[in-house]
Amino acid sequence: MERTTLDLWVGAFVVAGLAALVVLALKVGNLSTYNVSETYQLQAHFTNVGGLKPNASVRSAGVLVGRVTSIVLDTELYQAKVTMSIDKRYQFPKDTFANILTSGLLGEQYIGLMAGADEQMLKGGEEFKKTQSAMVLEELIGKFLFSKADSAK
Amino acid sequence: MPIVKSLRAIGHRSVNSVWRLGFAARFLALTLFYSGTSFRRFHLTVKEIFSSGVMSLIIILVAGMFVGMVLGLQGFETLKRYGSESALGSLVALSLVRELGPVLAALLFASRAGSAMTAEIGLMKATEQISAMEMMAVNPIARVVAPRFWAGVISMPLLAAMFSAMGVFGGYVVGVVLIGVDEGSFWSQMQGAVDFQHDVMNGVIKSFVFGVAVTAIALFEGFDAPPTAEGVSGATTRTVVQSSLAILMLDFVLTAFMFRGA
Repeated sequence: MERTTLDLWVGAFVVAGLAALVVLALKVGNLSTYNVSETYQLQAHFTNVGGLKPNASVRSAGVLVGRVTSIVLDTELYQAKVTMSIDKRYQFPKDTFANILTSGLLGEQYIGLMAGADEQMLKGGEEFKKTQSAMVLEELIGKFLFSKADSAK
Repeated sequence: MPIVKSLRAIGHRSVNSVWRLGFAARFLALTLFYSGTSFRRFHLTVKEIFSSGVMSLIIILVAGMFVGMVLGLQGFETLKRYGSESALGSLVALSLVRELGPVLAALLFASRAGSAMTAEIGLMKATEQISAMEMMAVNPIARVVAPRFWAGVISMPLLAAMFSAMGVFGGYVVGVVLIGVDEGSFWSQMQGAVDFQHDVMNGVIKSFVFGVAVTAIALFEGFDAPPTAEGVSGATTRTVVQSSLAILMLDFVLTAFMFRGA
């Protein structure tokens, strides 16, 4: 085969392969939703994080504002210490409420932020004071059974 | 003495296999050592990319399309029981990008291009073209083996990426166009589940490793084949069997390293 036709075919092949990789990155993967803007770190203590995982989303009013960067056990309080990086564009008042919520009945868990009314904003490295832990199904069922037993008396 | 005879047979076999292993390692090291030529005279490599990569394109694309379509169909039937058809996109994309894309593309590549490489080099050896090159002071490893090796290593990740992309398209055709899963949730669930570094790049790394394994096995078997018609046919069969086994075993090891505890 001619050298030029050969080069043409191989060039088309390589370009098609790289295009497939770009499609996988942008259309299939999450590269297009990666936050390239600057972030700042906020912390929160939870008595129970349930099934929350690193890289879970942080949402406020349903809008993605950041991601969970790490979850560690704070051995002073024996509570889970969750660090999240929040987009610099979004500032939250000091009395913002951080909840662990579930998308759908069996879906992924994420952190929902409910903004408070404080005039001062949280700065990088500070902590959400008001938190609510994850809903654990077994505990709920336990509570329900106890309340049933109480009312039956 | 039958016991001495069987002991001798065991000894002969183990010495032989260790010798072959050492020969294969030296062969791979020599290939890497002499691979400068395949980049300085890049048209040699381009020619091999054409015969192993471009010629495998049709089988890869068609297979990817059908695998994606089957995943869409089976995934939908299973997910429907739990009322979570909207997760179909993430199921199809994750299984393709992480496992099926690299593994199936490599298996197809081994049987389509690897066997051809073995047969070609084996026949070159049988018709004494390799010896003729040596007589002309042309290093056959630099001239014949290294360009084929790099062609396979370059082609494999590209083919796997195309397989995965085509499979996602097949899953989309069956899931969204034919069955009627909601298009928005199909793509958004997929993008929510597939991480670029953790899933897509690990798939690329996998296919790169498979590319090295398949081409190294194919070239070694071709170079090592007895120079007879029977020898070449046996070497071709061994290439397909051994590289398929190598792909599946390496896939387990790589998966254990990449996706465990994540």
